[in-house]
Amino acid sequence: MDGKFKEIVLNNSETIVDKWMNEIDFVKDGNYTKNIPEELFESTNREFVNVIFTSIKNQGTRNHLETFSEKLINLGWPLSYITDGLQVFRRVTIDFILSQSEKVDSDYTSKLLKSVDFWIEPIIRQLVNEYSGSWENIVSLQRVALQELSAPLIPVMENITIMPLIGTIDTERAKLIMENLLDGVIKHNSEVVLIDITGVPVVDTMVAHHIIQAAEAVRLVGATCILVGIRPEIAQTIVNLGIDLDRFPTKSSLRKGFGTALEITNRKIVDIDSKVESMENILDSLNKE
Amino acid sequence: MNHQSCVTIQREWDIVAARQLGRDIARKTGFGTVDQARIATAISEIARNIYLYARDGKVCFDVIENMDQKGMSILATDSGPGIDDVGQVMEDGFSTSGGLGAGLPGVKRLMDEFDIKSEIGKGTEIKAIKWVR
Repeated sequence: MDGKFKEIVLNNSETIVDKWMNEIDFVKDGNYTKNIPEELFESTNREFVNVIFTSIKNQGTRNHLETFSEKLINLGWPLSYITDGLQVFRRVTIDFILSQSEKVDSDYTSKLLKSVDFWIEPIIRQLVNEYSGSWENIVSLQRVALQELSAPLIPVMENITIMPLIGTIDTERAKLIMENLLDGVIKHNSEVVLIDITGVPVVDTMVAHHIIQAAEAVRLVGATCILVGIRPEIAQTIVNLGIDLDRFPTKSSLRKGFGTALEITNRKIVDIDSKVESMENILDSLNKE
Repeated sequence: MNHQSCVTIQREWDIVAARQLGRDIARKTGFGTVDQARIATAISEIARNIYLYARDGKVCFDVIENMDQKGMSILATDSGPGIDDVGQVMEDGFSTSGGLGAGLPGVKRLMDEFDIKSEIGKGTEIKAIKWVR
């Protein structure tokens, strides 16, 4: 039976392809593929339907399927294009075979449905797997990239280190922050560590708790922690929440915090220009006399 | 704008989704940056409580428009173990998870109206409202 259906489909591929193209054009209106240029849509459809036919003709070969799905993924076609396309193909094929058959009873129909499903299912499975595989790959790459960015430690000067934090802090990241901070303090022999939270969107009790713990741990290894980059709205929410940040100094900006860090390490910023200026002032005032 | 939008809380990152949606709605409702931060922080606390203690629940946002005032409500429901003594969790410094214990009393101070109902074995419902000033 299956062989007979296959024969009908392969012998009348032209008609089926035409019907399919018409139907898929119909699907195109009013959905995601609206903005795709006509020619590209047409050529991709041709290729898609060819892939379907080759797959039906020689069950088991997967190479052309793979190259096709790779191409679609690279071009960013939505997965629904494939599922819609195959759904339409299934409908069109079944309609066509039924119209070609003389005697149609329930047994016949059920056999036909089974055969068509048998052709279509491996294609769907393969393509969906390729798609989700590529997404999983992207997600895992991004996770690694995020982790690399999550808790950087910058030794700006002898004894002074800065940790700029950007983005949401979750439990995993909070652990990394603590580890990197303590490692860094030991490695760079820091006396002062500045934690900059300018880029942290929300400071809730959990984030505050982790920062307090990190600062406490830094204090235990003999360094001072200064929390900088507290924006006015963050300051207000911290007060509302009733979080106690008394145990370590806090500053509004990294610049002020850096100044304090220099003071703690017995240094200060000296303006070279100001000396020259003051000399000029003295000369000026002498000239006036 | 008047329809309710909800975020289900099951994983830690759902907390971020909830507060981003909440902050978005707060901005559209006309809250200033400070109140946006307050609302986002309150959502963060409530959602984290669901994640930590109930494991499964949802946070819904609604825009309220009365004759003379406009505001935003946060409704958090979960089917977790419930809270034994509601009075106790509203005290500063009480925590069963080793946290700061400032979460719920903090939310009450961050928002204008606050209501908590809890039943052991059934779950907890928190409703909080902030009015645009």
